[in-house]
Parts: sequence; C-alpha cells; structure tokens
Amino acid sequence: MAWVNAIIQGILTGGLYALFACGLSLLFGVMKVVNLAHGDLAVVAGYVAIGIITVTHIPVLWSFVVVVPVMAVVGYVVQRTMIQGALDRSVLTTLMVTFGLSVVIENGLLQFFTANSRGLGTGLALVTDSFTIGSQIQIAYLLVVIFAVAVVVLLGLQYFLSASKYGRLIRAVADDKEAAQLSGADHRHVFGIAAAVAFGTVALGGIAYGMYSQLDPTTGTDTILLFAFAAVVIGGLGSLWGTLVGGIALGVAQQIGAQINISDEVLAGYLVFLVILVLRPQGLTARRAQS
Amino acid sequence: MSPVTEPSVLPAADFRVTRSQRNVAWTGAVALIVVIVLAMFPYIVYSGTTTILVQAFIVLTLASMWNLLAGYAGLVSVGQQAFVGLGAYFVLILAIHGSSPFLALPVAAIGCGLASLPLWWLVSRLRSGYFAIATWVLAATVMLIIEKFSSIGGGTGMPLPGLAGLTPALLTAYTYWAGLAVTVVALVAIYLVLRSRLGLVLTAIRDDEVAARSSGARVDLARLLVFVVAGAGCGAAGGLLAISQLQVQPSAVFSIQWTAEMAFATIIGGLGTIEGPIIGTAVYMVLQQTLASYNAWYLIILGLVAIIVALFARRGLWGLVDARLGVRLFPVGYWLRRNGDRSRGGLLGRLR
Repeated sequence: MAWVNAIIQGILTGGLYALFACGLSLLFGVMKVVNLAHGDLAVVAGYVAIGIITVTHIPVLWSFVVVVPVMAVVGYVVQRTMIQGALDRSVLTTLMVTFGLSVVIENGLLQFFTANSRGLGTGLALVTDSFTIGSQIQIAYLLVVIFAVAVVVLLGLQYFLSASKYGRLIRAVADDKEAAQLSGADHRHVFGIAAAVAFGTVALGGIAYGMYSQLDPTTGTDTILLFAFAAVVIGGLGSLWGTLVGGIALGVAQQIGAQINISDEVLAGYLVFLVILVLRPQGLTARRAQS
Repeated sequence: MSPVTEPSVLPAADFRVTRSQRNVAWTGAVALIVVIVLAMFPYIVYSGTTTILVQAFIVLTLASMWNLLAGYAGLVSVGQQAFVGLGAYFVLILAIHGSSPFLALPVAAIGCGLASLPLWWLVSRLRSGYFAIATWVLAATVMLIIEKFSSIGGGTGMPLPGLAGLTPALLTAYTYWAGLAVTVVALVAIYLVLRSRLGLVLTAIRDDEVAARSSGARVDLARLLVFVVAGAGCGAAGGLLAISQLQVQPSAVFSIQWTAEMAFATIIGGLGTIEGPIIGTAVYMVLQQTLASYNAWYLIILGLVAIIVALFARRGLWGLVDARLGVRLFPVGYWLRRNGDRSRGGLLGRLR
C-alpha cells in the first residue's frame, strides 16, 4: 500500500513539475533558447507574491491574479532587451547571459532577503488539509489543485498555440523565422509574447511551489530549473504534453526513491533522467525533437 | 583570417607564414622570468598575499579551462563544479589512505580526466542549452552520490588529513607553490594544445562550426578531448581548493559558484584567447578583494559586468586590447606576410 501511495503522490507532484517545465519547453521550442534563469524567476515570482500578500492582504490564492501579469510583463521586457540582444549574437551568448542573470538574481535575493526559506499561505486550510483513501493513502488537497492547474495551463497553452492569432504567429516564427518575417511578422515582438507566456507559467510554478514547500534563494536552481529540465528531457524535447508525462515520471521516480531511502528522493529522479538520456534520448512521448 | 587584399596572385616564394608574434623566444623568456619571480614570492611577501594568490591561481586555472570549453569548443558547461568537487575528493581520499595531499594533486587531475569520459558519453548527445543544464544536473547527481559515502564524510564533509606535520609557514608556502605549479602546467598545456593540430581544429570550431565540419575537421573528437582536458584541469584546481581550505565539504566544493566564477572571469577577460582568462581573473580578484566585506555583492557585480560584456564586447577586455594593438602574449595564431617586408603593410592576413 505504501508503494501505491508513493506512485499516487509522484503522479500528483508531476503536475507541479510540468508547471515548471512547460515555460522552459515553450521558449526552447520557439527560439531554441534555454533560459538558465528560469527557476530563479519562479522564486522571484514567489517572493513578489509574498510581498503583495503582506502589503495588501489579498487572499493567497488570488495573488496569481497580480503576479502572473507582472511576470508576463517582466518576461516581455527581459526578452526584448537581454535575451533578444544575446540571440542576435549567438545561442551561446544567450546561455552566458541567462546564466549571469541566474547568478545575479540568486545572490541578489540572498543579499536582500537572507537565506531564510519562506512559505506561502502557511496555515491555510487548502495547504494543510488532506483527504484519505483507505487507511494509508493520504492526499493533500493542494497537490490535487496544483495538478488540475497544470492540466488547465497545458490545455490553455495548447489552445493558445493552435487557435489564437499570436499562437499561430509563434508557430510560424518557430518554424521559419525568415519566411515569417517576409510575411510581415515582427519576430522580436512574437518572441516577446512567447517569453511573456512562459514567464506567466513560471510565476504560477513559483507560487505553487511556495505553497507546496518553501522558497529560498537557491530553490530556483537546485530544485525548479533542474527538475524542470529533467521533466522536459524525460518527456521529450519540444513537446508540451511531454512535460506532463516527464513531470509525472520524475515525480514517481522521486517518490519511489524516497520510499526506498528517504534521503534518495532527488537522486532517484536524476538517475531516471540519466537512464532516459542514454536509452531514449528522444524522450518518453517519442515525438522527435524539433530540429 | 581577414581576406587577403592583394588583387593579383603573387608567386608562392613571396610569402612567409609566421607565428603571430615575430619573436616567440622573447615572449617565452619574459614568461619564464614572471614564473621565477612568482615562485620567489613566499620569501618576499606576507603570507596573506600568497593566500590570496592561491585563490587567484584556482580561479585562473578554472577560467582557462572554461575558456577552452566555451571559447573554443562551443561547449557552455554549467557543470564544471562536478570536476572541482571530484578533484577535492580525490585528494581527500588519497590523504585518508596516507598519501601526501600535494602528491595527490596530479592523481586528482588524471582521475578527473578519466572520470570525464563516462560523463561526456552521457551529455555529448545534447547541444548548446540542453548540454548546459545536463552538465548541471550531472554535477548535482555526482554530489548526491558522493554524499552517500559516510567514510569520506557523507553530507557534512571532513577535514583534510596529512598536513598536520607542516608548520603554518611551510604549509602556506607549499600550497602557494602547488598552486603556481598547477596554473603554469595548465596554461602551458593549453598553449601547446592550441598550437597543435587540435588547436587549429578548435580555432576553426570557434570561428565557424559548420564550416569546420564541412572542411572535414573532426569536431566531435576535438570536443571530447577538450572536455577531458578541462575535466583534468578543473580537478587539479579542486584538489588545490581542498588543500587551501584544509577541509572538503560537498556543498562547498560542488557549488555552482565555481562555474559562475570561471565563466564570469572568462567572459569579462575575453573568450577564445589565452590572455582573456588572465585579465578576467585579475578583474575578478580586484572586485572580490574590494567587496570582500559585502558578502554576495562581488558575484552580483561580476554577473552584471559579464552580462554587459557578453552583450556589448564579445571578445571581452583582451579583445579590446587585441583589436587596437594586435598584441599577443601567447602566440597561437599565424601571420601571412610578404617576404622581406617587416612593416605593417607587409601583413597580408592573420589567423588569430
């Protein structure tokens, strides 16, 4: 029964990891940029949420209404200034610039907000309560809600990319930048929109993680970026629903690892990542990576 | 190489291909004098100075290796802390078994070079951005595995044994000489690599990977060799770190901070030249020493400067010097000049 419980918990945390991963996957799919500051931006979003809640006393659950648009604007601006500037030079430059951004954000948070970890909505019924199935399986309401949010976000992204005007533009620019430019698309603006959407999902991920666990300056890289990346690779590069599959696989691997030895949770996830990298580099969902 | 501007084709006898510096022996002599003076430092400066210089040696070795990876082979690795940590643990394990930590340094370098082979096999199929994070995940995985062995300190680490017999003055001096030796060997190795056939392939990859591939350059083999050399170099620096700190703690030796420091020093100094990391390390040490009492500020400022340099001065500070003066301390390129014409006009083209 403990194993069934581990698998159920793993599947549910997979939703959280998909929330981390979909923004990373989107940006890579659209402009071949891996944003190494991805996780740190999620932590920034979490800290912004904590700040807004402390100042305005809005309910924790509604903080995303403010934080997601704020991060989307930040995403557009960061894309149009730093990342686009780097992309115009080379893909390697984008790595150096976003890595620099990651280190600057992490140490900035450390400098201004100390290394203390902070939670979101501690004591809230949704965060603390759970329901039980049978005698041993205990499921936190929060994890179910996060999983549902992840599915809704992925559905929304799917709809956005396939049916909306900007979604079509994003796909056009991703497929052939020059041809899209010839047809009158401003690829810089389109990249900005994609970054805004990706940063919006990052904000949701940061808030969700702040409620699920605790945020501190190193959470962004140690947990969010690396887990997001592992989920993307396990699921399949460049596939949106692959991030959910990858997130679930990572979550289940971690929970089973924790079941074997409580300190091996993270290691188990990485080992599964490495096995997939060797045996099935195209990922579980088997869609070929966009070249 | 800049295009040859002569409109007419000249007979081959009129050309001469030289190294980019006219007199290599002259540069070598200066380098030798610098090394000899540096080697005498423990006799002439305070131990506080040599301790700071050991830090500089570590950063310079790391930065030079990262330059080889990112500046030449196009491999932006964010997981080089894996080798820093492994190097430190090689020294620790050998010291536990009775070896002198100083004698363990070359073993650590070779061990890390060998360890880089399986790690390369895991990450080599990934490109650019995915390669970067995969190396990061790999470094985290290596640390988690090392932490499982309680005999070498587990998650908390342990002090480095085998140095208690030395007086503080001797220990400081030996550590300094070890640091100088590691750095000199690393720089000479990189210099020789870049002057070799492999260096020509690497320079070609640096300038245009697609063109290098289509000219038949064995890009993947060159990348593998660079990854191994960089692994060994970072391992030696990690071993040096263990000796200079007198203890090995997993979260400290496997910290992403090492990769941040080597990357920032290289980017600021200038990617794709041997001189760049030296300039970058100097900038790094000045900032770090000035801002030492302000915690993380030096990393924040270094990061911001590195971002600005990456965006607006791709060849870094040394690139600015080179563009104006055409000077090379380490001549690894070639100059194509007209026979008998030593003036600036006699230079027909150059490969930097």
